[in-house]
Order: sequence, then structure tokens, then C-alpha cells
Amino acid sequence: MNLKKIPKKLLLRGGKILDPTLDKLKKADILIEKNKIAAIGSKIKDDNASIIDCNGLVITHGFCDLHVHFREPGQEDKETLATGSLAALAGGFTRVCAMPNTSPPLDSPEAINFIVDKSVDCPIFIHPIGAVTKNQKGEELTEIQGMIKEGAVAISDDGIPISDAQVMRLALEYTSMFDIPVINHAEDESLRNNGVMNEGDNSIRLGLKGNPSLSESIMIQRDLELANLVNTKIHIPHVSTSKAVSNIKRMKKINPKITAEVTPHHLYFNDQALSGYNTNFKVAPPIRSEDDRKALIKGIKDGTIDCVATDHAPHTIEEKEDLFDMAPFGMIGLESCFGVINKILDIPINLIIKLITKSPREIMGFNNNLFEIGSYIELTIVDPNLEWVFNKNNIYSKSKNSPFIGETLKGKVLYTLSKGYLADLNTIN
Amino acid sequence: MMKQKHLLGLEHFPADDLAKIIETSFSFKEILDRPIKKVPSLQGKTIVNLFFENSTRTRISFELAQKRLSADTVNFSASSSSLKKGESFKDTVQNIEAMKIDAVVMRHPSPGSSLHLTKYIDSVVINAGDGTHEHPTQAILDMTSLKERFGKIEGLKIGIIGDIAHSRVARSNIYGLNKMGAEVMVCGPPTLVPYDIQSLGVQITHNLDEILDWADAINVLRIQLERMDRGLFPSVREYRNLFGITNERLQKHNKEIVIMHPGPMNRGVEIDSAAADGKSAIILDQVLNGVASRMAILYLFLGGNQNES
Repeated sequence: MNLKKIPKKLLLRGGKILDPTLDKLKKADILIEKNKIAAIGSKIKDDNASIIDCNGLVITHGFCDLHVHFREPGQEDKETLATGSLAALAGGFTRVCAMPNTSPPLDSPEAINFIVDKSVDCPIFIHPIGAVTKNQKGEELTEIQGMIKEGAVAISDDGIPISDAQVMRLALEYTSMFDIPVINHAEDESLRNNGVMNEGDNSIRLGLKGNPSLSESIMIQRDLELANLVNTKIHIPHVSTSKAVSNIKRMKKINPKITAEVTPHHLYFNDQALSGYNTNFKVAPPIRSEDDRKALIKGIKDGTIDCVATDHAPHTIEEKEDLFDMAPFGMIGLESCFGVINKILDIPINLIIKLITKSPREIMGFNNNLFEIGSYIELTIVDPNLEWVFNKNNIYSKSKNSPFIGETLKGKVLYTLSKGYLADLNTIN
Repeated sequence: MMKQKHLLGLEHFPADDLAKIIETSFSFKEILDRPIKKVPSLQGKTIVNLFFENSTRTRISFELAQKRLSADTVNFSASSSSLKKGESFKDTVQNIEAMKIDAVVMRHPSPGSSLHLTKYIDSVVINAGDGTHEHPTQAILDMTSLKERFGKIEGLKIGIIGDIAHSRVARSNIYGLNKMGAEVMVCGPPTLVPYDIQSLGVQITHNLDEILDWADAINVLRIQLERMDRGLFPSVREYRNLFGITNERLQKHNKEIVIMHPGPMNRGVEIDSAAADGKSAIILDQVLNGVASRMAILYLFLGGNQNES
């Protein structure tokens, strides 16, 4: 990656503009001046401008990921706000929401302020998500209003399910004052039964403890019933099962405040991939069956699932070199996201882009007018047809725990323009 | 020589090599009947027995097999919890290999640990039980014992009774027996015999009389009493009533059923003394065949020269 400041004048010439709010491709040049869109039109000429030749490329909104783990504070050996930002830029992401399961967790206005303050100098926008309960213990509510005031955009105890239904009810009820989403890591811990992979014939074969799909669908149904009761925005993270898709589809008909995300890895792999005990496939919720995978794709097509989020979860090589049942859950996902979903989803490019731009921005209430004259530059330029092999050189995260290493992907991010920076991905590490 | 470098499990192990190990076991068993029970087949080879989980009989069986083949052996025992405090698994095994060894026999509580080990060391790896995954040498000695008793394995009907879900012995036996042409039925409460086990190629029953009626031989698994805390079955009394192997239960079926048990037995729980010590039981033959089969395995995987013996 070549990362530098955006030149004073920059002309994106010959590309196709894909505005995800309009759903159509339009061939036009974009002139950028002082980090803002100065003009959009055909055959713009400016002799003083640096030029990026965008022929055959698609220019769209900077990607937005509402589910990442940047590990700061406390686990800087895995990732930092700075290294996470580079991973984001490499994947075309200009805006991410960082989960609060740090050490200590982001469970106070002060902790939220720490992230906001520290990410000012980062080349992407980092929005902290505050914890729902103090110390993520699932018992007492945090100062939600105070955290929102400091910049929290949602609340979640992600990584740890809120097991107590009454606590979940109170969290939803209290948060209904603020118009932000509540996100619960939906796994019933008793049914999960310390499972380390999907329960099914492969968990039996491998002798690994199985986590049944019901552990997710039952928890999601509980949360959706509660959300319906108190009329709060609820966002379901990393949906992994066919049953959960059905539950969400049914409940969405009566509650428009429900949104849901799916990860690239749940769309791409099934649980047969775990046969070699590769710990990079160990993730929560687990990679599910082929039937589940197909149901997730169907859920995207029929609108049950609103967006794709990576659940970028860095872990060190040493941790992932441990035995399968000992290694931590999680995989990185920012760098590979676009190439993965663009390959696996057989839907038009504008719909794929929407899953990582307009939809997540809408869920979080972020600005979606990024192609207006005068807009601050937050754009990503991709070659949607380029086939390439994802390898370690494409990873900018501090951790390398990706199951996509060695996979051929389709569609590649070539430039990310974010917060005054231009990341050129034509050169690798 | 074997087609595969390591013995990690029987799921992906070639059937012809499996047959060869069983045949070779009989040659080595002859040696165990001699007054001098030692051959120089593995002289100069160094084998480390790496036991991260408690074991008495498997470790002694391997050690005797190694000594009778004249290999140099070193034993390493560590509970995985003490390992967790400090050095990583990778560092531990790489340090041991750095001392120039030829093979590692490993038992470890994590499924997949023996495959994991092959990623970090070059020595031959023999899996002596990896968590709830596989225990191939136990299945090989069980099959050797069956062949000794019946003269064949193909066509036999073998019942496995007990905690199938958490049993590495069951998995390796199922794979091995299927490869050698035997049929397998498993039996136990549904909490210990999940539906998905069918995908391994077995029939399921929860009725002990059905499996006794069907089987030529049964392999009775140890019930781990600590599992009761998890509510997988309510009491020893109820387990014994439903699945316990007693002479009264066996007599109902009016035929000879060969009885095996991988040990250690909970007498009075999964099996009664009268049945375990009766003339249809081959439990102590299994123990002796364990040494012979492990000699065959070490010999074939470590490339010993049979002419020397």
C-alpha cells in the first residue's frame, strides 16, 4: 500500500460512478479539490490536477463496517487503532464501528472518549460502540447517554451474549430514549455448551464439541420479541443459521426497527472447511452447514439481511498456533471482504456495494450523501472483475489470522480515499 | 513400510496397510511367547512417549512394545494445565525434537492434537489418543483380538456400547471395522449416542437387547462417572439397568457373544464381574495383543528390518 495525502487537486478520470443511493452506474470524471468534491462531469480538464486513470474501474462510497475489533486498549499485540485503520484502507473501508470488548472494556464515557480522541489522527473514521453492561458482565447497565454524548454510535456486549433476559429487556427499554441500535451477540450459552464448531456430522467426526444452530436462533427470537415489546432499534450481528434467518424474516414483518448483518466468512465457507483443524476457521458464531450458508445468501437476496460486516477479529500467531479447542475465536476480515462477497454473491454489483456502504450507514445513521458537490472525500475505487489470490502480503492488520489466505477472490480495491488520505493498493507490502 | 508417514487415526488410513498391521501383530505376538521377549528391530531408534493426559495401560503397553523392539525410550508426562502456565505446545515439542528423536507417541486431551503435532516436528507421530477424536492403536489391537478369536473380521457384526459421543475408541473402531468389512451398531442413551453419529456409517439403537441379539461381539466402553454431573444420564443405577452387561442379560439371548472392553473397567457399572471374567470375555487377550499390535505399528512406521528378528 502506498499511503499519502490526497493531492491538492486530484482528477478521477474515466471511471464509472456507482452511487449506492441511486442504484445506477454513471460514467463521469470527479475533480477533487482540497479533499472535497469540486466537480462531477464528463471530460473534466484541469492541467494542475494529479490524475488517477479510472478506466474500467468503479468509484463508489468508502466502505463502512459496523463490526470490527481493534483491540485497543489492552490487546495492542493483536491490533491497534493505527494498524486496524491500515487494514480497513486495504479493504476499501473508510468508516468502521469498533466493538467494546477491549481490556478494559469500553463501558464508560471516559473509555469512549479515549477511542474518539485517539482515532482523530487515524486515516479512517472510527466510531466506538459502548458496552451494554458494566465490565460486560451482563448485570448492570452502563451510562448509555454519557457514552453517546462522547461519540458511541450503538451499544453491545459483543463477544459475550447478554444471557439474562431481564437485563436485555432493560437495555432495550432504556435505550429506546436514544435512537441508537442495541446489538447482542446472539448465542444461548447453555445450549452453546462450550462448543467450538458447528454441531453436525463434522463435529462428530473431528471429536470437537458442537455448538448447535439453535443456540443462535433461540437467542435471536428472544431478543426480537423483547425489542418488539419496547420499540427499540435492534441490530442482529453475524447471523449464521438458516433458522435465525427465518426468525428475523418473520419478525421484520411486524417490526421495521430490526436490522441484521452477515459476515463474509459465513457466506463463503461451510463447516466441512474445519476438517484440518485449522484454527483460522474457529470463530463465534461458528462456520455453519452448507444449508445454513445457502440460507444466508437467500436472506441477502430477499432483504432479510441488510448488510455485510466483517467481525474483523485479530489474534496473534502464537494464539492461533495453539490447539483447536484452546485457540481463541475470531478471524480478520477487512482486507478480503470485497473480493469475497463480490465472488460469492451472484447479484449485481450495485447490490453488493450497497451491503457495505449505504445499508450499514443507514443502520448507524451516518451521512449517505457522499457524491454531492462539496462533500468531504470518502470514496473507494474498485476493479470489480479482477481475479486475484489473497495472500499474506495483502494483510495490513497486525494479525494474520485469515482463512482466506490462498483463496482466489474476485474484485479488488485499488484506491481508498479517506480523511484526506489516498491509499494506493496497486502496490503491495 | 506404510503409505502414510504417521498414524494419526483410521478415518483416512488405507485399508491394505491396516490389514498389514494386523497381520504383523500376529508375528510379533509369537515373540511375546518366547522366553527371551526381545528383538533388535528398532535398535538405535529413539522414541518419546509424550503423555499430556493420564494413562496407565496405554503408556505401559507402548513402553513394553518399544523395549521389546530394543528402541531407546523417554517418557514425558505433563498435565496440559501445567503446560498452559508457561511454555506453548509448539515450543515444548520443538524442544523435544531438537534433541534428535525418531518418533513421538502422544496422548493429549485436545482433538486434532496429533495432526497439529505433525505441523511442528519431522518425526513420526503415533496418536495414542487425541481427546474425543481417535485412538487408532486401541482399535487396531481390538481388531487383532477379533481376528484372533474369529479368524476373520469381514462380515462380523460388532456392537459398541456406552458413551459413543465422547469416545475416541468408538470412532477409531468404527472407521477401522468398516474398512475391514465388519458391520457396526452402537448403543447407549441418546444423550451419549447423538443422531449425527450415523454419518460415520453405523446403525444406532438405544435398546441393549437389540444390539445383543444382533452382535457377534460387543465392545463395552468405560462410562466416565464424571459425566453424570453434566446430566447426561441420571444415575449409575439407571445406566446399569438400561445398558449394563450382566450374565442375566446375556443369557436371555441364548448365544455366545464375545465381550471386549478397552479398560479400565468400572465393574458393576457398565459391566459385571461375572461377564467381564467369563469365558466369552477376551479382555485380557486385548491387553496382550495391545503390546503385539504396538510392536507391529512401531516396527512398520519406523522402518525396522524384520529379518533381524
